[in-house]
Amino acid sequence: MTINRREFLKVSAAGAAAVGVGSLAGCTGTKGSGNVVIIGGGYGGATAAKYIRMWSEGGINVTLIERNTNFVSCPMSNLVLAGERKIEEITVSYDGLRKHGVRVIQGEVTAIDPDKRTVKLATGDAIAYDRLVVSPGIDFMFDSVPGLTAELSETKIFHAWKAGPQTIGLRKQLESMRDGGTYALCIPKAPFRCPPGPYERASVIAHYLKTHKPKSKVLVLDANDDIQSKKGLFMAAWKDLYSGIIEYRPKHEISSLDAGSMTVKFEFGDAVKADVLNIVPAQTAGMIAHKAGLVNVNKRWCGVDWRSTQSQVNDTIHVLGDATQSAPGMPKSGHMTTQHAKIAAAAIVNLMSGQQLPEPMHIANTCYSYVDNKQAVHVAAVYAYDTEKKTYIGVKGASGVSTARNEIEGKYAWAWAKNVWADALL
Amino acid sequence: MTRTSVMVAVALIGLGGSAFANDANYGRNMASACSSCHGTNGKSVGGMEALNGYSKDKMVKAVQDFRSGAKPATVMHQLGKGYTDAQIEAIATFYAAQK
Repeated sequence: MTINRREFLKVSAAGAAAVGVGSLAGCTGTKGSGNVVIIGGGYGGATAAKYIRMWSEGGINVTLIERNTNFVSCPMSNLVLAGERKIEEITVSYDGLRKHGVRVIQGEVTAIDPDKRTVKLATGDAIAYDRLVVSPGIDFMFDSVPGLTAELSETKIFHAWKAGPQTIGLRKQLESMRDGGTYALCIPKAPFRCPPGPYERASVIAHYLKTHKPKSKVLVLDANDDIQSKKGLFMAAWKDLYSGIIEYRPKHEISSLDAGSMTVKFEFGDAVKADVLNIVPAQTAGMIAHKAGLVNVNKRWCGVDWRSTQSQVNDTIHVLGDATQSAPGMPKSGHMTTQHAKIAAAAIVNLMSGQQLPEPMHIANTCYSYVDNKQAVHVAAVYAYDTEKKTYIGVKGASGVSTARNEIEGKYAWAWAKNVWADALL
Repeated sequence: MTRTSVMVAVALIGLGGSAFANDANYGRNMASACSSCHGTNGKSVGGMEALNGYSKDKMVKAVQDFRSGAKPATVMHQLGKGYTDAQIEAIATFYAAQK
């Protein structure tokens, strides 16, 4: 069945009436009209959905398709692994978006037809769009780790690099690990989602083990030459707080995994046998972006026009977030993705109301990492669009990290999460 | 010169030559970058300073003080340096008008 425009309008008009949205959805709104479909309800897709509804003053119909029931945040999920927060505390319902008149569909997109401008769902339904936003996040390249399979990563060797069941699975393993056991975290070569994430994870899990199982070890096995973000701050925390617990080994690219004996071998360096093995495989744009032919950079990422996030392959499709080929120095982070979403929302509302693209806005990244249960550190930066280089460039002098770990930023980190979730989903 | 570019040129002169004078949503869009921490349209849900209804002059002064170090900060002394005075003014004008 194809959900056509008329049926769609019935649904969205009912939604609008239910929540008292002033303008009648489907009629030409104050700003913009037509149908936007968004694939993916993470930081990017959710923020884009809300801001398109808000900035078009209800004029543009928005359908969000997400495979999960609820939004579960990757940022802060390391605190769940450490036992400091419950999974429920980092989970947000999509009902807030429904109140903005967004039609939220739980489902799996199996194909995009850019000529007919439809997306196909696993149920067989097709949904028509005028503009499409693809915000699929990442998928894993399991063949980058010989011996690892998708099935193993769901049952025994978790990545926990997407929050949800993976987070719960890894937490359970840490809870049942014996005192004196080894937790090993394998980090892929950059670029990967959330550059400081692995080092935060090592820190807060070390805090948990130090408090509950003090004979245990955290082995950080990094395929990169060095710590990828906030290096000095993490090194100071590890030296001051986790001496004898965390051991960091750079240049450790996995050559093979033996899941039976829980042993990883490396191209250089000793093999490691662990009680809990947390392998984060190399990543690429979410599979739907590959299927739709939107991946045009290094066979891994989607190239976009950063003034609008329009795909370099198809200008009726916008790509957001970790799936994109980032501008130089722009990390793959949830916060950055919300900024991509706002660039996209402003551009889409303009384009769907017959206006030219907006003047490029500045975007900012603020990223906190906990180093224990209370203290955090940050990296922050502002980026401006460079018309000559046609990409976002860090504004000179407008970036930096914390001078030292502190509890004030630990409080701000949680406040950041509550605010960014509200900005995206409420 | 086309009619549009004449209009744009006039608008630019009229507003002190700022590069963004021809985009009515410039302040709104620039401010939206701040909303990820400070809440949609500045309506913080807690733990971060609310910016809605904030006096424009007060906000411009606050960012200037963050930049100079006169006002202590955790991140705003770094982020504040990413914007010109005119850009801060555009953002502050937007937030001052939010209820």
